[in-house]
Amino acid sequence: MTPELLVAIIVTVVGASTPILIAALGELIVEKSGVLNLGVEGMMLVGAITAFVIVFVTGNHYLAILLAAAAGVATSLIFGFLTLSLSANQTATGLALTIFGTGFSALAGQGYSARPVTLLGPLFPAEIATHPMWRVLFGYSALVYFALIMVVAVWFFLKRTRAGLILRAVGENDLSAHSIGYSVIGVRYLAVMFGGAMAGIAGACFPLLLTPQWAERMTAGRGWIAVALVVFASWKPFRLLAGAYLFGLVVTMELYAKAGGGPLSAIPSELWAALPYLATVVVLVLISIRRDASTNAPACLGKPFLPAN
Amino acid sequence: MTLTRRNVLKVGAAAAALPLLGGKAFAQAEPLKVGFMLIGTVNDNGWNFGHAQGAKFMKEALGDAVAEPTIVENVPEGPDCERVLRELAQSGHKLIFATSFGYGDYVIKVAEQFPDVKFEHATGYQRSDNVATYNARFHEGRAVCGTIAGHLSKTGKAGYIGSFPIPEVVLGINSFVLAARKVNPAFEITPVYISTWNDPAKEADAARAMIDQGIDIIAQHTDGPAALQVAEERGIVGGFGQGADMVAFAPKAQLTSIIDNWGPTYVESAEAVIAGTWASADRWPGLKEGEVQIGPYNASIPADVVAAAEAVKAGQIDGSFNIFTGPINDHTGAERVAAGVTLTDGELLSMDWYVEGVNPPA
Repeated sequence: MTPELLVAIIVTVVGASTPILIAALGELIVEKSGVLNLGVEGMMLVGAITAFVIVFVTGNHYLAILLAAAAGVATSLIFGFLTLSLSANQTATGLALTIFGTGFSALAGQGYSARPVTLLGPLFPAEIATHPMWRVLFGYSALVYFALIMVVAVWFFLKRTRAGLILRAVGENDLSAHSIGYSVIGVRYLAVMFGGAMAGIAGACFPLLLTPQWAERMTAGRGWIAVALVVFASWKPFRLLAGAYLFGLVVTMELYAKAGGGPLSAIPSELWAALPYLATVVVLVLISIRRDASTNAPACLGKPFLPAN
Repeated sequence: MTLTRRNVLKVGAAAAALPLLGGKAFAQAEPLKVGFMLIGTVNDNGWNFGHAQGAKFMKEALGDAVAEPTIVENVPEGPDCERVLRELAQSGHKLIFATSFGYGDYVIKVAEQFPDVKFEHATGYQRSDNVATYNARFHEGRAVCGTIAGHLSKTGKAGYIGSFPIPEVVLGINSFVLAARKVNPAFEITPVYISTWNDPAKEADAARAMIDQGIDIIAQHTDGPAALQVAEERGIVGGFGQGADMVAFAPKAQLTSIIDNWGPTYVESAEAVIAGTWASADRWPGLKEGEVQIGPYNASIPADVVAAAEAVKAGQIDGSFNIFTGPINDHTGAERVAAGVTLTDGELLSMDWYVEGVNPPA
């Protein structure tokens, strides 16, 4: 394998991993506040069609990312209102949100399917962004660096800030947080909105980073991968980064191995398809062996907040 | 009219209520209701778009003799499609087109319960008294594309993105490679199966993986333009539109396209049902009947290459050329088809081996 090919593979892996990482970081914050939002896939699709339409109409990629985030927030507020204000079942509402997002994006996208846009270009100047070797560090669009910065930001927020501590308190013991005067519902609304914004940006990655078109259901289940990754990473941002890149590596290596021949191409595609799930099982087993880490799930995850009046 | 499955339910409920109102008396004068069941969305710009265009063509051609066609989108190949078929049949549709391979078993099952409804299953092989099958000879178009690829490829290596290794896809790959090797005997192709019909991001990544490893021509048997867009972005020699003209996505990279034209087939079937002459059959028209068409050639292709492609096209239309006439070797180099022998339709439809020049996937 030549160094150039290695660089090319890494660039593709990073692209494939980025939307999953962004969506999962949002869901991690949501779950840390004690809320389980299974509507990630739906919010991503709303973000994807919003980004596509904005780029198609204005040609401005950054405006598209911004408005995709706003659309994700708006979609997440439907979930927030139902589960937080009305205490509806979070699992059922999240599933409904995915179905809604799928249908809404398909409706909004009618008439946009035969229209191409352009990808968001690299952030750095072309001399280093297209260099055969240096592009491994500098060849990406802003979305990739945003995802990496957000990994550190989410970790810092949860571990090192007072607001992060409050968020974790709300997720671990909502009644205690409530009794000392924190607004449990308010904190959870903010967390759900952050999750919506990140899912919207993750959706924007599809037309702006991966394939410059609109196709119905173009996220193809990656929102669910993001939800699973949060558990896989036991609610830790840096493990999430590793998990997302590992997933991207497996799905991308499958394609490179099949296209390039060589020893890896002898692996049947069924085994490649099973690898991420096998990895999940292995990680879950490892987590279970270490008893202290298995309690990392937020204690109030998925439970509606119903204070005794 | 594009209906969601929920609306079909409503229509079904209304139709079920009709006989109670004494509606049977005027049922004869009603225009023929035709239903279409699609695996994806009509906005995919490819396979499903082609069927929707065919439905539109049928309505325009037959006017008031047929009702506005009912199109049910996004029907998975599983038990759900049986329900959709039954709802269509119960709501008065007398001709129903099921347009994906995996619907086959369910079509046969539902057709037994509705003997007065005619079913037609695209790309299928199971027939009964009221179930016909139809397909298009897309591989004839692949031979035209392969001829162009053989002339233009500098590396002599092409990539081919497939959905699943089913005979229809294998047939297309073999046709493409046979045609390319008639021009460049060293031409080779590596198929990559991505196990889905519609995951544009994965299609794009597969295209990147192939281009990074030295191919300069790309073809695909999936439903969208993602691979062509990557070809455009990377500036390789090019690729081919599949199902529809995709020039808007890749003005430089799309060398030509294979266009599905189902309209005439649908008109023929609807007319036969109205006239009462419909009979179960297996239809497999191609370039000659105009069901498979070749889109415009890219202006960048040299005139002699266009002429060679046109010659392959013309030969298949007048019957003087068949891409599956031997001698044909399989991928190990052993002779599979003797000189002068042409594979039968049955052998084409069950093709499970690769010709020489294909690096077979695991």
